[in-house]
Amino acid sequence: MSFASHYSYWVTVLLMTAGLYIVIARGNLAKKLIGLSIFQTSVYLLYIAPGKLIGGTAPIIAEGFKVYSNPLPHVLILTAIVVGVATLALGLALVVRVREAYGSIEEDEIVAADARDRDAG
Amino acid sequence: MIAEHLPALQVAVPLAAAPLIVLLRHPTLAWWIALGACGFALLAALLTAAQVAGAGTVSYALGSWPPPWGIEYRIDTLGAFVLVLVAGVAALVVPFAWRSVAAEVPREQHYLFYAVYCLCVAGLLGMAATGDAFNLFVFMEIASLAMYVLIAFGRDRRALFAAYQYLILGTIGATFYVIGVGLLYLMTGTLNLADMASRLPLAQSERPVLAALAFITVGMSLKLALFPLHLWLPNAYTFAPSAVTAFLAATATKVAVYVLLRFYFSVFGAPLVSAELPMPQILLALSIAAIVTASLVAVWQPDLKRMFAYSSVAQIGYITLGIGIASRDGLTAAVVHLFNHGITKGALFLLIGGVVLRAGWAGFERIQGLGRSMPLTSLGIVIAGLSLIGIPGTAGFVSKWFLVLGAIENGQWWLAALVVGTSLIAVAYVWRFVEAAYLAAPGPRTPAPGEPPAAMLVPAWLMVAACIYFGLDTSFTVGAARRAAALMLGGAP
Repeated sequence: MSFASHYSYWVTVLLMTAGLYIVIARGNLAKKLIGLSIFQTSVYLLYIAPGKLIGGTAPIIAEGFKVYSNPLPHVLILTAIVVGVATLALGLALVVRVREAYGSIEEDEIVAADARDRDAG
Repeated sequence: MIAEHLPALQVAVPLAAAPLIVLLRHPTLAWWIALGACGFALLAALLTAAQVAGAGTVSYALGSWPPPWGIEYRIDTLGAFVLVLVAGVAALVVPFAWRSVAAEVPREQHYLFYAVYCLCVAGLLGMAATGDAFNLFVFMEIASLAMYVLIAFGRDRRALFAAYQYLILGTIGATFYVIGVGLLYLMTGTLNLADMASRLPLAQSERPVLAALAFITVGMSLKLALFPLHLWLPNAYTFAPSAVTAFLAATATKVAVYVLLRFYFSVFGAPLVSAELPMPQILLALSIAAIVTASLVAVWQPDLKRMFAYSSVAQIGYITLGIGIASRDGLTAAVVHLFNHGITKGALFLLIGGVVLRAGWAGFERIQGLGRSMPLTSLGIVIAGLSLIGIPGTAGFVSKWFLVLGAIENGQWWLAALVVGTSLIAVAYVWRFVEAAYLAAPGPRTPAPGEPPAAMLVPAWLMVAACIYFGLDTSFTVGAARRAAALMLGGAP
């Protein structure tokens, strides 16, 4: 259980917290989406890294190869990447529409504009 | 021949309807296809429910790959119950949408609206039907992405920002769920939920399992809008098109509750969740906070949609309260309330959709004297409101009854008193509507006398009738909920 043998988990945790922090701390809608993407990317690593065995090959039965890496996480993450890309694309599309409607993509300015609307009735 | 494929077809037909609608690009055809797809899904859900009630859990191997290697659709009593709710509401909202969407969405976008609607229905049905943890994630994202788009169809520009906020929080929730599933996969080597449950006791270390439980709890709590993770909900419900609000309020959060129940009791098992860990106490505390604060906030909202959106947060609190009680009666209450609140809120938001069509906005200054200008709509809102409070003879009473029973069975008299006491706050906000609609004279901004078109009023009143019917004849709801609760506490999926 040394630090070095688990380095992929440390990278995962770092990306996860960094991504989540950006989502929470940034007021710019596009930057929030970048944080969200980093957060999702950490999950890809969480799945794929444990599937790899050192010295393992692709799971094809052949003479001389005894150790195989697990292919299932790759397939799962291929799907998760598609989901992530779709989310990012939709998010960015919404940001474009928000900019058209509000003239800004800063959260505090949008909230202020909504408050003005409410006061005006 | 086709009957054995029903578990997969009820998801596949709405899913296939969506690209078909996009290819045809015709607003009227789109509506007919959506109606056909949702009608078929309802028929299939009812047939599946009958099959489950007769022969027990239905297992369907997708592509004939035997589970646990292939993806399995596994529908038990609880799953069939949720499928009937989702498909039923979906099939009722489409006729309503004919006029409502015509008024709120530009005509050239109609076909896109119905395509996304079908995707959302397919995603929610898939979540309830599948027995595979990763497949569930994919369906959850199909449904969620469709929901963000549906909310963004709202006329107000605030709908865009509401959809964006929901996208951020919803994606964080879904990602937390995948992290949890990933940890479980690392410990068990399987994604099939039933297989996972049988292998979990053999896990070498408990810590990743507990972390998975924590991640899935937080992720699904975001999706089901458990206090204090409900911040996306009020704006999303308020600014979405009326048909979307009704559909989301009745189904989306309920399916998330179903997933939480599924993981708590079918995968982790009641002994771990409610005996070893303080999950019931945590849920109890959050539920009480949700019920009290959200109900109080609801009383002060300026319009009907927002008021009942906050009331949804409170009512979800009653559902999770049932999970927190964690006895057989408590779980029965949770499952029954999941259904009863679905139809009650569906009825309310469909009727409010009619008000929005006639008045432009459901603000309190526009519904002064509504009882005279729109008598049928107002009466429906009052009846559904009574069901929300939990008056005997309505569906809401049945759920509250089992909640009180569960609390007393646990010896928590204060909790029983709290359930009854907080219903009084619901009286307060429903009374606000009664006061404005029946006791106030029509104001300058009240719409001219006239009901919304029958295409909107009939589906809404069917839901109102369901609120009364399921308050009097509880054999379907309570029967299914009792069997589901027994299965969940028995530990077997």
